Amino acid sequence: MTQTIHEPPTQTGTATGRPRSGPARQRAAAGTRLSDLISALPWIGPALVLIFGVVLFPAVVMFYNSTRDISLSGLDKGPVGFANYATLLEFTPLGGIMLRTLIWVVAVVALTVLISLVLAQFLNKSFPGRQIVRLAVIIPWAASVVMTTLVVYYGLEGYIGIINKFLVDIQLIDGPYGWTKNPVSAFSWSIGIAVFVSLPFTTYTILAGLQSVPGDILEAAKMDGAGRIRTYFGIVLPQLRGALSVAVLINIINVFNSLPILKIMTGSIPGYDADTVMTMIFKYIQNEHKIDVASALSVVAFLIVIVIVAIYVKVVKPMKEV
Amino acid sequence: MTALLTSAPRAARKPRYTADQVPLSTVIWRMVAGAVVLLIFVIPYLIMFFGSVKTKSEIRSVEPTYFPTEWHWENYLTMWFTPETPLVQNLISTIVISVFATLLVLLVALPAAYYTARARFPGRLVFMFLVIVTQMLQPAVLTSGLFRQFGFLGISDTWLAMILINAAFNLSFAVWIMHSFFAGIPKEVDEAAQLDGAGRLTVLFKINLPLVWPGIVTAIVFTFVACWNEFAASLVILSTAGNQPMAVALTKFVGQYETSWHYVFGVSIVAIVPVVVLFMLIEKRLIGGLTAGSVK
Repeated sequence: MTQTIHEPPTQTGTATGRPRSGPARQRAAAGTRLSDLISALPWIGPALVLIFGVVLFPAVVMFYNSTRDISLSGLDKGPVGFANYATLLEFTPLGGIMLRTLIWVVAVVALTVLISLVLAQFLNKSFPGRQIVRLAVIIPWAASVVMTTLVVYYGLEGYIGIINKFLVDIQLIDGPYGWTKNPVSAFSWSIGIAVFVSLPFTTYTILAGLQSVPGDILEAAKMDGAGRIRTYFGIVLPQLRGALSVAVLINIINVFNSLPILKIMTGSIPGYDADTVMTMIFKYIQNEHKIDVASALSVVAFLIVIVIVAIYVKVVKPMKEV
Repeated sequence: MTALLTSAPRAARKPRYTADQVPLSTVIWRMVAGAVVLLIFVIPYLIMFFGSVKTKSEIRSVEPTYFPTEWHWENYLTMWFTPETPLVQNLISTIVISVFATLLVLLVALPAAYYTARARFPGRLVFMFLVIVTQMLQPAVLTSGLFRQFGFLGISDTWLAMILINAAFNLSFAVWIMHSFFAGIPKEVDEAAQLDGAGRLTVLFKINLPLVWPGIVTAIVFTFVACWNEFAASLVILSTAGNQPMAVALTKFVGQYETSWHYVFGVSIVAIVPVVVLFMLIEKRLIGGLTAGSVK
């Protein structure tokens, strides 16, 4: 474990000996700056290798493969330009898949944020047992999404499912219904599961944001006669802007990338009526073995993610404290 | 008008939101609401647990039961030998991949976090920017590239491939949380030790590590849990049943003619309980690492 850390004693020795404060750096010649970088390499090099080798390089491979003709068995048969993208455009269900991806992301993120705002506000109040409730809220975050989805899938099974039984028992439905057999109902339940597993992170982020609302301002608002609702919308909510932008953007990325929920809930439905971009990519890879078209769609997905990341960097400014 | 009248005595009060200043009825109302919230978040896992001790005929009955009529604890032994998938191997796979990926993350992230917090070098901001971008990327969107790349390298369908993937995609959280802990130690502490003749490594191990221990634990737990639950990349990269982690293996039960749900839930409980406990241990520090410190 300590092996690689011990490796570079000489470089680090020279690095420590050099003045590193602000003014000294400004005076430093270009050569000194290069050696500063070289002495940093043993420390950050392994991380760079991992990031370049397993995150950035596969992205390049993906871009490259999206312009190749790759056989079902994986053989590269040469360049085809943008033919794979053309195949995508000619794929009639693609419009529906794009629309559904948008609905999926917007519905899940909007519901998650709204419910989390209420939940965080509640968990910020003091009452005996609050810590236990807060810990319970964490469970869907730590638990495997696959397993959480499987229990809902079982609950919704036609005659043996316990959710069906419950819905019949409270007389919401007349008899058991095959929720997972129909694209619309399976997709709707999937949205519910995605909200459920996104609540912990979002609620905790908003809770952290609520800590930053100054108590004396709330006190002052109360003294000025502001009601609860006015205080919330006038003071608390604006203070939560930072926390909310983080929560919304990270959720957008997570929900867009989400595969297991829809794969389990809608995977056995024939056709493409419940697919999003992400489930479609995996159908191309796994069911149809079209790695070239899969790469083209992945590139589209990747570019969407990059746009969201750019917005995140611009809005949240995570670099400001580095 | 009433607000103005009541504001005078209230103004004299000390800060609100402390239990003893809230009327008893409000406290009771909150406890009831708290119990409801708790129940909502626990119910899916209670269904799992109750299901895991039912017999196959009970869990597949067309008249489902909320609670098991008989508690069949022996399911927790027999479930490992169900024909759908080699669950013992799946468990071993999950453990090996998660443990080694976590070790690799620690080995790689710790020096990077320390150095970026302590030293100034050209490219430092570029490096931290890369870390943030990596944190936003997930294996799912890159799976087709990863699949081809590891195929060429000849390590597709191996633990090594998944150890590398899990490590690479969880690296950023670990760097970020440990970076913020290192940055929180006053520089004077290091400088004093260096004046006494201690080298950078001595400072790191003897002076800094004891102080940033909570950050390291957070990084370890978060990485381990994320690797434990990874699904998308494993699904494509690991094609041999025995190599797959539990999250992938369990999906094979779906769509079976006679799904052994009691076994699915038994395995799920075994897989979920340890990581939930681990996550609860680092509850207070999760947000700082995930939101890059932008939410305080």
